[in-house]
Amino acid sequence: MSDVLELTAAQALERISAGELDRDEYFDVYAQAAAGDELGAYLWRAEPGSANGTTDGPLGGAPVAVKDIFCTEGIETTAGSRILEGYRPPYTAMAVRKLSESGGRILGKTNMDEFAMGSSNENSGYGPVRNPWDRERVPGGSSGGSAAAVAGRLAPWAIGTDTGGSIRQPASLCGVVGLKPTYGAISRYGMIAFASSLDQCGPLTRDVTDAAILLRAMEGRDHCDSTSVGIEGGVALPSRTDLKGLRFGVPRELSADAEGIEAGVTEVFDHAIEQIRELGAEVDECELPHSSHGISAYYILAPAEASANLARYDGVRYGLRSAAAADAEGGLGDGIAPAETELVSMYERTRAAGFGAEVKRRIMLGTYALSSGYYEAYYGRAQRVRTKIAQDFATAFERFDYLVTPTSPTVAFELGARAENPLAMYMSDYCTVPMSLAGLPAVSIPAGLAAPDDGGSELPVGLQIVAPAFGETGLLDAAHAVEGAIGFDNAPPGSRS
Amino acid sequence: MIDRDQVLHVARLARLELTEPELERMAGELSGILDHVERMNELDLEGVEPTSHVVALENVLRADEPRPSWPRERVLDPAPDPDEGAFRVPSPQA
Repeated sequence: MSDVLELTAAQALERISAGELDRDEYFDVYAQAAAGDELGAYLWRAEPGSANGTTDGPLGGAPVAVKDIFCTEGIETTAGSRILEGYRPPYTAMAVRKLSESGGRILGKTNMDEFAMGSSNENSGYGPVRNPWDRERVPGGSSGGSAAAVAGRLAPWAIGTDTGGSIRQPASLCGVVGLKPTYGAISRYGMIAFASSLDQCGPLTRDVTDAAILLRAMEGRDHCDSTSVGIEGGVALPSRTDLKGLRFGVPRELSADAEGIEAGVTEVFDHAIEQIRELGAEVDECELPHSSHGISAYYILAPAEASANLARYDGVRYGLRSAAAADAEGGLGDGIAPAETELVSMYERTRAAGFGAEVKRRIMLGTYALSSGYYEAYYGRAQRVRTKIAQDFATAFERFDYLVTPTSPTVAFELGARAENPLAMYMSDYCTVPMSLAGLPAVSIPAGLAAPDDGGSELPVGLQIVAPAFGETGLLDAAHAVEGAIGFDNAPPGSRS
Repeated sequence: MIDRDQVLHVARLARLELTEPELERMAGELSGILDHVERMNELDLEGVEPTSHVVALENVLRADEPRPSWPRERVLDPAPDPDEGAFRVPSPQA
C-alpha cells in the first residue's frame, strides 16, 4: 500500500472511483503514516480505523490535514500556543465544515508557529517542525506542519493560512504547491484571527490540480464572515499545457534585486522563466516600485491588528489562567510597576505565561504603533504604503496577465539560524508580503532544487505566480502548464519506502 | 530609540507582565525593527488614501431575524473558572 502515499489526492480518488482502492483503506494508510510522524508535523492525529463522516462529494472520504489554527469542535485547537492548551472549541471553522461536507475527513491538526506568527515554525509552543528534505532545517512557517506533512508523505494534502506568506513560503521550502487565494475567497469564520485584513485560508498540496479541488470545496460567501465574498463563477479544474497568448511580468524588486536572494534561487528562477517562454508566453520585466517597503508596512499593520485580536486571551473565557500576584512582587519590570488590581494582575500574568517570545514582541510592536502619539507616524503611514503597493500591482496588471517571482529569497535554512534575529526572520517574507497587502491570489509551485549559499545538499525552490483579484481559475491553469513543463519530483530523498 | 520607560508603558497597555531581562531585550529588539520600518519615511505619501481593507465592501447587511444562540453551558465549558452560569474573575477592586 505504500505506493498510495505517492499518489496525488486526485489520482487516489480516481482509483477509488475505479474500485481499485477502498476509501477507508486510503484514510488508514495515512492515519498510520501520521502515527509514525518524526517531523513534529502533527499536534493531533486521528486513530487508524477511526474515519467517520460523509464520504459523498468530490473529496470522496479523502483524509485532509488541518492547520491547528482552525477550530474543530471537540478536537483540541491551540493555534500553536500554550495559552490555548487543552482548548476544545464549541464549533468548527467554516472552511473545515465545507471540506467535511464535500467528503473530506480530518486526518490531523498540524503544528504551526504560535498564532501563525513566524516563518520557520520554531515559534510553536509545542516544538519545532523539521523539513523532510533535511531534518536539520526548518520547513518554513507559519503553516510548517501542513507543508512538512504533505511533502513528507504524512498527508495527501492539507490546509493552512497565509497572512504574509505563511502558506507560500513553507510550500516553497518543502517542495509542495501552496495557494493563497484572494482575500475574501474563503470564509475566515472559526479561523483563529491573527491579522484580520490579511488572513486567508488556502491549500497545500502535491500538485496544482489538488489545490484547485480543495479551493473549490472551500470558497464561497459565508454570512458568518462579512468579508467573505467567494469566487464569482467558481473555480475550474486546471488543464492548460501551454501559455500561448499570455503575458508574464517579472518584477525586478522581488527577483534579481530582492534583498538577500541566494544565487541558487536566482538560477532556478531564471530557468523557470525560460520554461515559461518556451511554453509560448511573452515575458518582460516590470516594476513594483513600492514593494521593497512591503516588509516595513506589513510589520506595522499585522502586529497592530494582532495586538487587538490577541486581547481576547485574558484568562477569562478560555485557555490558560494564571493567579494574580499576591503582593508588590508582581508587576512590570519585576515589581517596579505593580498592577493596580488583582484582575489586571491576572491578565498580565496569564498573558506573560501563555504567550511565547515572538507573540509578545508583535503584541508590543502593534500596541506601540497604535498608541497615542505614534499612530499616524507608523500605522497611518503603513496604511498609505499599502495603498501604493496595491496601485503598483494594478499598474502592472494593465500590461501583464500574471507576475512571477521567487517565493522565498532563500531555500530552507538551518534550525536556529534566524531565531535570535527577528528582522532576519521577517525578511523571509520579502517576496510574499506585497501580494498579501494587496489581497491578491498567489501560488507557489516547486521550480527545482538549489544548494543554499552556505553550501550543503540541494533543497526545493518555489516559483510564485500572482494574478489579479479573484483570478484563481486562470492562475491555477497557468500554474498547471508551468508545473507540467518543470516536471519536479516532489519526493524528498529517502521518503519512498 | 524606544527606551525602557516606553516599553513599560506599552507593556501595561498590552496587559503583559515583563521581567527585567525581557524589558531590556524588548527595548533593543523593538528599536531595531522600528529602525527598519522607518525606511517608509523616504516615501512621499502626501495625499495618498490609507487602505484598511482590500475588498470593496460596504455595510454587509442581513435581515434582523432572531435565531437560537448557543446554550450557556457550551460557551462556559472551555472557561478556566465558570461559576453559576458566569465567568468568575478576580476582584477588579482589590
